[in-house]
Amino acid sequence: MSHKLKIESENVLKGIAAAPGISISQAFIYTKEKEEVSSELITNVEEALDNLKTALEQSKKELRKIFSLAVDKLGEKRAAIFEAQIMILDDPILISSIQNRIIKEKHAPEYIVNDEISKYTDLMSASHEPYMKERSHDIEDIKNRIIRNLKKKKWKSRITSDVIVVTSTISPSDTVLFSRVNVKGYVTDFGGLTSHAAIVARSLNIPAVVGLHGASTHIKADDHLIVDGFKGEVIINPDEKQLQEYQKKIQRLSKQDFELEKLRELPATTLDKKEIHILANLDLIDEMDFIVHNRAKGIGLVRTEQLFEENEAFPDEEQQYQIYKTIAERIYPESVIIRTFDIGGDKVLPVDLKEPNPFLGWRGIRLLLDNPKLFKDQVRAILRASANKNVKVMLPMIASMFEILKSKEMINECKEELRKEGKIFDRHLNIGIMIEIPSAAVLIKDFAEEVDFVSIGTNDLIQYLLAVDRGNEIVSNIYQEFHPAVVRTLHHIISEGKKAKTMVNMCGEMAADPFAVPLLIGLGLDSISVSASAIPLIKKIIRGLNYKETQELARECVEFKTEKEIKNRIHKFFNEKLRDQIKNLY
Amino acid sequence: MIEHKIKIINNAGLHTRPAATIVKLASKYKCEFFLDKDGLHINGKSIIGVMTLAAEKGSEILLIFDGEDEEEAAKEIVDYFNRGFDEP
Repeated sequence: MSHKLKIESENVLKGIAAAPGISISQAFIYTKEKEEVSSELITNVEEALDNLKTALEQSKKELRKIFSLAVDKLGEKRAAIFEAQIMILDDPILISSIQNRIIKEKHAPEYIVNDEISKYTDLMSASHEPYMKERSHDIEDIKNRIIRNLKKKKWKSRITSDVIVVTSTISPSDTVLFSRVNVKGYVTDFGGLTSHAAIVARSLNIPAVVGLHGASTHIKADDHLIVDGFKGEVIINPDEKQLQEYQKKIQRLSKQDFELEKLRELPATTLDKKEIHILANLDLIDEMDFIVHNRAKGIGLVRTEQLFEENEAFPDEEQQYQIYKTIAERIYPESVIIRTFDIGGDKVLPVDLKEPNPFLGWRGIRLLLDNPKLFKDQVRAILRASANKNVKVMLPMIASMFEILKSKEMINECKEELRKEGKIFDRHLNIGIMIEIPSAAVLIKDFAEEVDFVSIGTNDLIQYLLAVDRGNEIVSNIYQEFHPAVVRTLHHIISEGKKAKTMVNMCGEMAADPFAVPLLIGLGLDSISVSASAIPLIKKIIRGLNYKETQELARECVEFKTEKEIKNRIHKFFNEKLRDQIKNLY
Repeated sequence: MIEHKIKIINNAGLHTRPAATIVKLASKYKCEFFLDKDGLHINGKSIIGVMTLAAEKGSEILLIFDGEDEEEAAKEIVDYFNRGFDEP
């Protein structure tokens, strides 16, 4: 109670600063799960029938893709249920009675769908047979899928531009939806720094505050909000004084942006002339302009699973080819590293087959090697986009030599096929792997000899190395970038990679942490890949560094035994060497 | 119109896989097809309807076929029931 009063009197909510920046705008409350199916009447029956048809098609598409991928893992019983779910979407009796009721009763399709399918599930739940209860859940599942797809269309038309989205949690497909309507900020109840919403917000330069428990209940629709993505604060209906203070801050920020903007055409070179390549990560094709504008020295990571998240279905070879080709052309003469789908089993398996530990489960290269068609379609698309020799392919979640050799064998098969078809591609397409599983870090010497480049994915590497779930707020304080084990593992990967003359890149969140940059450079990284919005600041820091001094810093940090010692050393380094360069920016 | 009273004989009863097969078989024919059990009158061409039937081993269902190709439909579908859905 006292907590509540405090919030009301101060009108400030505190959370985790997930994406920097400040926005002032109206709140848009996005409560998809809890929203009741409204019984209000509709006026346009034709449109409603059309929406129903689209939602059914979309649901079918989703289920078919999931089914085709996971059929071997489902087991016979589960596969039959899945097939029945797909059949329900084509059930002539069910669909025609829904259509007839829409025409006659003039209720929204989601209302009728809910009402009509519930008739059946109610009957099933009433049965004394235990398996009928289970079956009613399966039907419930398909009902919710149709309703979700009906609403998605509605949401799209209802979201107005320039709002701050307030919600309990955001799914990847939601973020894609929002990114198209010029959202001004994100405020969520759950999630941490490395949650998907935070990553996308950072890459699109949209301020975000996450982990604000109860935000979506405290904030009301159309409340006026200030989102401070630096401090992790949200101010509800600010008073005149608060408003003025933040308007001043916004002015100061745009001045800083202007300062950083001046570095745009300059290289990221240390004071003693060592050049570091700053590459960009790409989640959404919409970021391309921004990447080019900020003069990235190439694209270090295309997260292709975004294409899947966006459509909730896998694009075919031709669709992928068009997208990869566009990216390759836009970034030319620099290169682009395309990572094959890093999808978790949690995205494609039905609810009752959910893995207890998806992060230790069927994901990344494991899922791809189990689905050769999916993998090869993607590899073929990447190869075809490589005609101008500026495309590289990267494999996610590599843990063993077998996975590397098997993948290379399949890539060679694709090359052979394309050669026979007379298609043009880069015969020497560079193949790289993600180093994000501790076993790959241990075996880096052998792996580096087998591939053209490696890229360190720090988010997963830290999570697996320290056995800490980065999304779990209870233990998130022991997810430490500067844990001695992390620093020494990075040292091992980078030095062994260099011995094998294999390029070592880093594409995780750590690369974009200004405090980590001097250490990373000192450890010997030649390139780092960060979200486009982070490029100017990282460049500014690199230009203020002395490479020799960072090497000394790294040598010391590799010896320290505690996180605290490492952090203290880095902060000292910052105060001594970089204070002048970045005092205006921090 | 043809009516057939049949008994479920396989161990697992009328579960999802046979339900889907019955609907697929019924959809090949022009005639109407209904399943009557415990006061429920279910259209046999509707998968969601057939799934609503709880029919364990030993339970009885009345199958009703009505239309031009009712004889062929009845033959194939009754046969499928009598084979215990090709299950133990």
